[in-house]
Amino acid sequence: MKINIGRIVSYFAAIIFTVIFAFPLVFMVMSSLKPDFNLLQDVGTVRSFLPVGPISFDNYVGVYDRIPLLRFIFNSLLVSTITVVLGLFVNSMLGFALARMEFRGKNIVFAVIISTLILPFEVLAIPLLYLMVKAPWVSFDGGFQITQGIFNNYQVQILPFIANAVSVFLFMQYFKSLPKELDEAALVDGASWFMIYRKIAMPLAGPAIGTVSVLTFLPMWNSYIWPVMTVQDEQFRPIMIGLQYFYVNFSTAWGQIMAYLTILTIPVVILFLSMQRFFVNSIATTGIKG
Amino acid sequence: MQLKSKKQNAAKRAENRTARWLAAPGLILIGIFTIIPITLALTLGFTNAQLLAPTNPDFTGLNNFKTLLGVSAVTLNAEKNADGSCVKDETGAIAYEPLRPLTRDDSPRKDLRGKSEFKRVFANEEDCSIKVIVAGDPVFWRSLTNTFFFALIVVPVQAGLALILALLVNQRLKGRNFFRTVYFIPTLSSMVVISMLWRFMYQQDGLFNKSIANFFPGYVPIDWLGNPKTAMPAIIVLSIWQAVGYHMIIWLGGLQTIPAELYEAVRMDGANKWDEFRHITIPGLRHTFVFILITITIAALGLFVQINVLTQGGPLDSTSTLVFQSFTRGYQRQEIAYGSAISFVFFILVLVIALIQRSMTKKLDT
Repeated sequence: MKINIGRIVSYFAAIIFTVIFAFPLVFMVMSSLKPDFNLLQDVGTVRSFLPVGPISFDNYVGVYDRIPLLRFIFNSLLVSTITVVLGLFVNSMLGFALARMEFRGKNIVFAVIISTLILPFEVLAIPLLYLMVKAPWVSFDGGFQITQGIFNNYQVQILPFIANAVSVFLFMQYFKSLPKELDEAALVDGASWFMIYRKIAMPLAGPAIGTVSVLTFLPMWNSYIWPVMTVQDEQFRPIMIGLQYFYVNFSTAWGQIMAYLTILTIPVVILFLSMQRFFVNSIATTGIKG
Repeated sequence: MQLKSKKQNAAKRAENRTARWLAAPGLILIGIFTIIPITLALTLGFTNAQLLAPTNPDFTGLNNFKTLLGVSAVTLNAEKNADGSCVKDETGAIAYEPLRPLTRDDSPRKDLRGKSEFKRVFANEEDCSIKVIVAGDPVFWRSLTNTFFFALIVVPVQAGLALILALLVNQRLKGRNFFRTVYFIPTLSSMVVISMLWRFMYQQDGLFNKSIANFFPGYVPIDWLGNPKTAMPAIIVLSIWQAVGYHMIIWLGGLQTIPAELYEAVRMDGANKWDEFRHITIPGLRHTFVFILITITIAALGLFVQINVLTQGGPLDSTSTLVFQSFTRGYQRQEIAYGSAISFVFFILVLVIALIQRSMTKKLDT
């Protein structure tokens, strides 16, 4: 029998890497199930990666008692979902116009989209904060009135992230890949361009919609810097900010922190496992075409 | 004939109009939330804007940038003993003249006023002098060098490790989807979560120290994040661990665009694995290579969350970074103008990298 040394090395390496990548997360989940005393005692031994000792969900109950957990989850889901949905409309429309239509100023618009593609949010965060603090907002309080400043609310977490150059680009690429004859045939039949967008292009854009949704949802759920700066009011805070509540008496509540980290991670892992195709697509397409 | 062209014109106008309506919402939002902030990033640095000040900001020219980027050098001398050796203080270090009088507002050296020490370089034991670099904002320069150091290590290591992982799971291994998933999961979790988790692993009675102590009984626990020597390397390790799976997927995407026939062709010519890799895989991945290099570099230069969660720039500014400084000054101290000046520098860096990417891609295509 021929033993392929290359394959054995490969399996060996793959398993080593599995240990490296999985064990910290296994450690996190296991620790979340243990009282602090046992958790600290197990550290450094194999036990810290196993559900042994007095296992319970006490830490999760503790998290629930310590912070307004459901409020935070609701806020994060609300903000992420609204951003995803509005973003799908806005970005697909712009992507469609760029990919399939001719209009004056198209080249400039295209250049703007391309040049903002790689711009990291960190560059804009401070000036954007200033803009939001100074910006006018129409609020309703018994009657309409104009107030200064958009912060401490949902809007400030949503508005800046709806239009996104990467999403526009992905939609544009996808719409470009559809055959041009579709438009021509529809135009001959008397359809308007808007009808083509709504009735032909969007129904065919399933993969792009999935990819863009994933690509928008994940950073929204994980967003941290921006809400730290703009949302001080507990009522509107997203889930990542909840971690700040554990900074107090830091060394004492590791079990609860691990429980909270697990709560933060589980939704994205579930989302990933159920939409794996779109994840891989989203990264692969931004990678190749970017 | 004329009728037809009239009809075409009408159709063109309709297309133009609809396109504008379709593009308008996205363009307006990008205008407000990207273009205006970019403009602000490029202009606020030249003012004295404060975050919550009720008055309008004044134009202050290059003042912020003078403070931010101002650097000078000065030579400090020490007295000599009769035998030619330098006078030492009670700790055994050479007793140089103090820097402070030279940087006061009434200093004889105008260029040193308001500056403070950044680094001591070039000690000359023979004539008992030392060159000191002073800067208007030494913390900024420390942050800049920290950021570059981080990028210098993370970019090649992360790109290389991601390629190794991609090549590994691109083979026909049993369970390769499982391996891919496991390597990718840290990427899904936010950097905030990962930083907190690793904070526990890095602390004195944490996972690393206790595990090492199990194997080496005499081991003295290291405060990984509390020691200026180990804090940045510790952050580098966790950063790579978190992000490498993402770039593995990008490499995989690149690997899969290489047609299988190419491999078969060279195999027929009797090429071995290494030849395959050199002559097919590497050339086939050149566009992916540029993209990965650029995205990791830009992400690395934006290092912030880990610092914010783990070290707050400490100990002794050893982990302070460009973005962390712009956050500290612009948000925490509410000096929007100064924070924007730092963002300006960051913007220029990103611009330079984008230009490098363009020229690299052009070169690859010709």
